[in-house]
Amino acid sequence: MSGHVAPKSLYCTVFVTLMVFTGLTVWVAFYDLGLYSNIVALGIACIKATLVILFFMHVRWSTRLTWVVVMSGFFWLLILFGLGMSDYLSRGWVQGTLR
Amino acid sequence: MAADGHARVAAEGAHGVRHPRLQHHFDDMEQQAEASTLGMWVFLVTEIMFFGGLFMAYLVYRTQMPDAFREASHHLDITLGATNTVILIVSSLTMALAVRSAQTGQPAKTQVGWLVATMVFGAAFLGIKAIEYTEKFRDHIVPGPFFEWHGTYPRGAEMFYSLYFAMTGLHALHMVVGLGIMTVMASLAWRGRFDDTYYTPIEVSGLYWHFVDIVWIFLFPLLYLIGRH
Repeated sequence: MSGHVAPKSLYCTVFVTLMVFTGLTVWVAFYDLGLYSNIVALGIACIKATLVILFFMHVRWSTRLTWVVVMSGFFWLLILFGLGMSDYLSRGWVQGTLR
Repeated sequence: MAADGHARVAAEGAHGVRHPRLQHHFDDMEQQAEASTLGMWVFLVTEIMFFGGLFMAYLVYRTQMPDAFREASHHLDITLGATNTVILIVSSLTMALAVRSAQTGQPAKTQVGWLVATMVFGAAFLGIKAIEYTEKFRDHIVPGPFFEWHGTYPRGAEMFYSLYFAMTGLHALHMVVGLGIMTVMASLAWRGRFDDTYYTPIEVSGLYWHFVDIVWIFLFPLLYLIGRH
């Protein structure tokens, strides 16, 4: 079996990066950035998740088919959030026109 | 007949020896490993949707009652939350190294060592979670008839803690399952089942473990870090 063997140093670099981002997200949470607080917090979480998926989970070296399956999962999640929130956030508008 | 003979040649590989772990319905070890990895990813996609429903619920209620969520989140211990985040990321590193040790054909002792390290960190995570849950029960902020909230938004806080227990509870359950999987993997590794020619079970278990880590990477900022300023 000839799976890609990543060097230990790469795993350690990814680990250190994850630690730095964890520290950053805690540090930035104590500052009031208004609406950007959520964007920064979720942006950092997305970067961390991407690092774990690409390197720890070996997707970086996986087949195209695996890429498609992984991406489809997150794409469907975005559909859930997008359509779900457009429904919930606009409910008041519909009530306003009906009554 | 000719096609059958052809398949056998492919299965036996260049050396003419069939790997003992190769199932009859696969051509070679690589195809078998790929099928297993893909299957695990399909399962993880269903897990994304499973947790996704809870994240969706969180999103809906947080947009409805943002102030209540901030007030409720303030009661969570950020130090314990951050410590658990660090512990889980360390466990992901040891997991990645466990897979690597099998991949590179390290002795069974090394493989088991990394797996046990992963389990120790996983157990530490659950221990800290147990401390947190105990505090919530002591302070009566577990949703239900005994819920007490001495802030401005008792209803919203109860909603926040309903989501907190559902999400962290489901995550903790996944950790417990993960510890079970790692126990099986460690015992298999101990019996020398994995080497550089066959390590799919340990690789696939690693995928599961890292996935559970990713869920926490999102839970931590969403539950602990809102409204700290």
